[in-house]
Amino acid sequence: MHLPESEPRSSIYYRYDVHPFRRPPEMSGQASDAAAVVVGAGPIGLVSAINLARFGVRCIVLEQELQVSHGSRALALTRRSMEILQQAGVAAPFLAKGLQWNTGRTFFRGKEVYEMLLPHDPDDRFQPMLNLQQQYIEQYLVEAAQAHPLIDVRWGQKLVGLDQDAEHVTLRVDTPEGEYDLVTDWLVAADGGRSAVRQMMGLRMEGRAYAGGFVIMDIRADLDLPTERLCFFDPDWNPGANVLVHREPEGIWRLDYRVPEGETAEQALEPERAAARIDRILEMVGQKVPWELDWATVYSASTLTLANYVHGRVAFVGDAAHLLPIFGVRGANTGLQDCENLAWKLALVTQGRAPRSLLESYSTERVRAAREICEEAGKSTRFMTPPTQGYRIMRDAVLSFTLSEDFPKDLLHWRTSRPHAYSDSALNSFAAQDGQFAGGIRPGETISNMRLGSDDFLFDHLATGFQLLFFAGALPPRGAAAEMLKVAADMQPRVNRVVIADTPSDWTGLADFVVIDAGGRIARKYAAHDGAGYLVRPDLHVCARWQRFTEAELRHALGVACGTAMEGAI
Amino acid sequence: MIPKVMTNAQLEAAYDVISEGIDAAGAEKQTLFLAKLAFALANLVGDSGQVAEAVEASLRDL
Ligand SMILES: Cc1cc2nc3c(=O)[nH]c(=O)nc-3n(C[C@H](O)[C@H](O)[C@H](O)COP(=O)(O)OP(=O)(O)OC[C@H]3O[C@@H](n4cnc5c(N)ncnc54)[C@H](O)[C@@H]3O)c2cc1C
Repeated sequence: MHLPESEPRSSIYYRYDVHPFRRPPEMSGQASDAAAVVVGAGPIGLVSAINLARFGVRCIVLEQELQVSHGSRALALTRRSMEILQQAGVAAPFLAKGLQWNTGRTFFRGKEVYEMLLPHDPDDRFQPMLNLQQQYIEQYLVEAAQAHPLIDVRWGQKLVGLDQDAEHVTLRVDTPEGEYDLVTDWLVAADGGRSAVRQMMGLRMEGRAYAGGFVIMDIRADLDLPTERLCFFDPDWNPGANVLVHREPEGIWRLDYRVPEGETAEQALEPERAAARIDRILEMVGQKVPWELDWATVYSASTLTLANYVHGRVAFVGDAAHLLPIFGVRGANTGLQDCENLAWKLALVTQGRAPRSLLESYSTERVRAAREICEEAGKSTRFMTPPTQGYRIMRDAVLSFTLSEDFPKDLLHWRTSRPHAYSDSALNSFAAQDGQFAGGIRPGETISNMRLGSDDFLFDHLATGFQLLFFAGALPPRGAAAEMLKVAADMQPRVNRVVIADTPSDWTGLADFVVIDAGGRIARKYAAHDGAGYLVRPDLHVCARWQRFTEAELRHALGVACGTAMEGAI
Repeated sequence: MIPKVMTNAQLEAAYDVISEGIDAAGAEKQTLFLAKLAFALANLVGDSGQVAEAVEASLRDL
């Protein structure tokens, strides 16, 4: 019998709702008709479910707890994550509550030695970063998931066993009223860093775990500081270590520092010790104000990933698939890119519109992304927590130089999470013709947002599914272009036709959305001549582009992206 | 101010390879190793003025 905590978790600013356990129909002998089950209602499981539902797949979410995350955990969402949430239709409350920012400042011996300005293009709707506590992230996603008719969120239900054959996955679920079996076609394992699914299947992650812990503490304090990331190296009370300060909504501040050498996690969290350090940090930022503690914990950095994210009918996403350092906000942001990649593919497969082999591309693309992140984040981690004496001396040398010299300052950059380019993906086609483009967005990269008005952007108008960006330029809505767009409307899976034209004309019946690009600004950004096309996957990565193309070529590229046609076999 | 000659990627690679060199030399011999390294690089730079400039910059903020 699984008995989850039914008292609301304590917090000085967040009110936890305890969601009721509801006896599922399978416990009364009914069969389930959900094509997919998602284990884990963390941020990644919830967005997976919302995206599957968006593509028409009925799914069940199993969550062992009755309430959302304990503590603020994944705090900073990147622009790409906000774009993913916007496509999922849930961005509004995030924007209303979250704090957007773009600047990091690094201090050493009381002097500001480095300012990191994250790039922000006027064509971007979202700032580079948005701070929002994980409780709110999950709450907003739970609200969206529970409102969706295709999603059944099941609280207080714990996965305790699983078995799969060629056709199905059978899950053993424990609840406050006992166990039951749940049979489904596909399992999405989003059950976090200690993934039960990973353990039940005997899968091991590869990579390394770094020694040394970090304390995270959330305090409420009336600090008069802008929303930025502050980093202090080598404070006198914690030599050789560093302190990070982040602003959170609700007047909360995140303090984050390395556990001093020779101290255990338990010792670091002793209330008196922790309190003294909070005072020292507030002194360091120059504002010794009263404070109140909300939540404190200790975590450590790892760069670990499974070598394969799809095993039979089980797909891993988020922390269940990889454990990444939080420097550069890798955790939740990487997971959101996983589920964005998986959802449309799994939907096509469950609906019988793509072969199972399409899921291999999910694994290949995302394992490669995770490995690249491990490599990059490993560098930041080695700077923040030098693993050996040699790295420690070099780190100190660089810090010393930053007080008078500029040349090594970029080594203090924080290598923020960014969208990965699927350049070598098997879903890309027409690579041989790519030389026709002098720039633009290359196959595998995510398309660029474009400002269309003061509060109006290209991404606001993308419908669920594939997109064809057709650069009509000065071409009229007649002739070959019109024929091609007419045929594209009937292609499967659905292709949303976005026509980008110099002047207004009547594209009725030929376009799902028309953009007037009077100065040719969008065409220039995409390096597109009149008649060019970009085929864009549902996760907004380009899979093919042409300066000129035929209906057959478009159909072929769509087939390659869905795993139903072979690249080159046109 | 010492001009930035290398790209960030090159600086990072140098950072890693020197860190690992220090570890390979061991705690007892790391000063000797770093002196040899600096002297060899001075010879490769081939310019006494630049070597003096680097020494001066490195002496600041120790
Ligand atoms: C203490 C801590 C601090 C962190 N701090 C940061 C930070 O500062 N910045 C950052 O970017 N990231 C941080 N992270 C990481 C970040 O929280 C994760 O990357 C992110 O939550 C991953 O989301 P997820 O949905 O994959 O997993 P999770 O959020 O862990 O969600 C997994 C869910 O699965 C449920 N579950 C587990 N097993 C079962 C089962 N058998 N049956 C049913 N349900 C199950 C769990 O209850 C949980 O709700 C932190 C993580 C921790 C633990």
